[in-house]
Amino acid sequence: MATTSTSGTEFSGEIPAQGGGLGADIPPGIGPWRLAGRRLRRNKVALFFGGVFLLIVAMCLLAPVYSHDVAHAGLADQFVDKPVKVGNKSEYVLSLTGIPIGPTWHSRFFLGADGNGRDTAVRLLYGGRNSLEVGFIATIITMLLGVSLGVIAGFRRGILDTVIRFGLDVIWAFPAVLLGVALGVSIAVGGLGPIKGNSLFVPAFVIGFVYIPYVAKPVRGQVLGLREREFVDAARQQGLSNIRIMLFEILPNLSSTIIVFLPLILANAILLEAGLSFLGAGVQPPNPSWGTMISDGLQSIPAAFHNVLVPGIMLVIAVMSINVFGDGLRDALDPRAKVRIAH
Amino acid sequence: MARFVVRRVLTMILVLFAISLLTFAIFEAIPSDPAVRLAGRHANPAQIAEVAHKYGFDKPFYVQYLRTMKNIFTGQAYSYTQGFSVNSEIRAGLPATLSLALGAGILWLLASIAVGTLAAVKAGRYMDRLLTVLSMMGVSFPPFFLGAVLIYFLGYKAHIFPLGDYVPLTKNPVQWLVHLVLPWFTLSVLFVGFYSRVLRSTILDTINEDFVRTAKAKGLSPGKVLSRHILRNSLIPIISLWGLDLAQVIGGGAILTESVYNLHGVGQLAAISIGSLDIIPILVIVMFTAFAVVILAAVMDVVYAYLDPRIRLQ
Repeated sequence: MATTSTSGTEFSGEIPAQGGGLGADIPPGIGPWRLAGRRLRRNKVALFFGGVFLLIVAMCLLAPVYSHDVAHAGLADQFVDKPVKVGNKSEYVLSLTGIPIGPTWHSRFFLGADGNGRDTAVRLLYGGRNSLEVGFIATIITMLLGVSLGVIAGFRRGILDTVIRFGLDVIWAFPAVLLGVALGVSIAVGGLGPIKGNSLFVPAFVIGFVYIPYVAKPVRGQVLGLREREFVDAARQQGLSNIRIMLFEILPNLSSTIIVFLPLILANAILLEAGLSFLGAGVQPPNPSWGTMISDGLQSIPAAFHNVLVPGIMLVIAVMSINVFGDGLRDALDPRAKVRIAH
Repeated sequence: MARFVVRRVLTMILVLFAISLLTFAIFEAIPSDPAVRLAGRHANPAQIAEVAHKYGFDKPFYVQYLRTMKNIFTGQAYSYTQGFSVNSEIRAGLPATLSLALGAGILWLLASIAVGTLAAVKAGRYMDRLLTVLSMMGVSFPPFFLGAVLIYFLGYKAHIFPLGDYVPLTKNPVQWLVHLVLPWFTLSVLFVGFYSRVLRSTILDTINEDFVRTAKAKGLSPGKVLSRHILRNSLIPIISLWGLDLAQVIGGGAILTESVYNLHGVGQLAAISIGSLDIIPILVIVMFTAFAVVILAAVMDVVYAYLDPRIRLQ
């Protein structure tokens, strides 16, 4: 197994990769991070999808600008009783039977209207902002708690490890969507301390909580191996406290694991947010999100399918771009995953 | 071995207890007084107090916990808002959920093995790239969106498949099948995307093992090496994932697929209960699903320990 490994990813930043003699094409003295960066730069597909995701984030952040200067329609503006000037002619965005118009491809109602006569494109960007915000906050919560619990459990072992592992097993036994729904509903009804029930923090907190075991368990496993390594012994003999060892010796060695988990959790958090919102246990109205938009859009099929298609395609593109980029990131950081086979 | 089984069963019981406690705590966290809702809109405080007393809402936490658990396990759990018996509703939804779970389970297991093996055998080639892209798309598609798209294009537009609903197998086997094709496919896509990636990387790990080289060296055909030696070892993680996921789906974990296809299964019961903030059915379903997962995980651990003695020593 050592033959395929540059064994670089387990060392922190400044230390040069060990075993420069292993791969003839690897010049000595290049750090593992630069090697990983080089591998990632070579992976054009991953870079392309990373760019797509950044573009989506930028577009969603510019939602207020779009709404004010391009679409001339606010998030909650309903154009029900008056005709709207679209392109060169005036049109009702809702027909008499309440069927919204489809994409006009003009600046106003670019992607059509929703069932309440609101601009779909405006809601798409604002909804994306909420979906991404929930996803990012949830990811931060999961990573912070998951990594700390994993490190503490793996490093301290003993009774603390048993307790933490037990707690993780309990959370892990619940199906993610069902636990999210149960927590989401009960917190949405009553709020959580100072947080109101319809706040975006509620789904973010719920999703962040649900995914903790998926990070903490593998981290713990890795820490169990790391704590037996020589550099930890050395640190201990220098008289470093447990906290310092965990923060400055163990944690840096987990960085590639953490980086690999980030896009994975983010993609799943955005998906779970959409699922919970679809069921009414996630982002609460009047806040839009991609999940609530799909769920609203389903009310008006087959007449106005664009209201399902538009947020759904956006959601799939966003999640897929994170996944593909994350896959490239993993290949770059852990080249052993790309095993070559002798046929 | 006996010691291992006893220890595993004891932890399992502890986890089950914690799960029930956590579920009950979630239910307790709701500040809106169920007695107020039960008593009706025009109840006076005395009536509310009477309802609270009748249902035991005025009792301390542990009494309520024991009482609720007793109700759930003896089939006495009733929805607070609708008044129906939760257990009989779950029983009514079970055939639809089981049909969905078993059909989709077989489909996604076989499809993942095929896709994962093909991707691993062709690793690095064009076929592998294509399958990678497809599985990336698979894990990125939320089932409710995929379901909506399929219903719209194959149902409303092309009239090939019905728009949803469940037809019991005993009533009309052909219609049962026709109604379940799209849900099976929708539910499978996500799992195939994930499993095939896992299988691909385990096969690539196994392929370099010594016993595979030995098998090749003694002159076995490539097909036999693949099926007898590589696959047999690589399938273990997939099968254990499959067991746990199947348990979740049977317990109502396919809530999104069931809702979008309107299958009236256990998952959809939970979804409907969300709409009316009816927490009791959600709790019962969540708890039973978690129970199913924990018990199955324990059974599988014991089976593995029986098959592989190294596990017992850990």
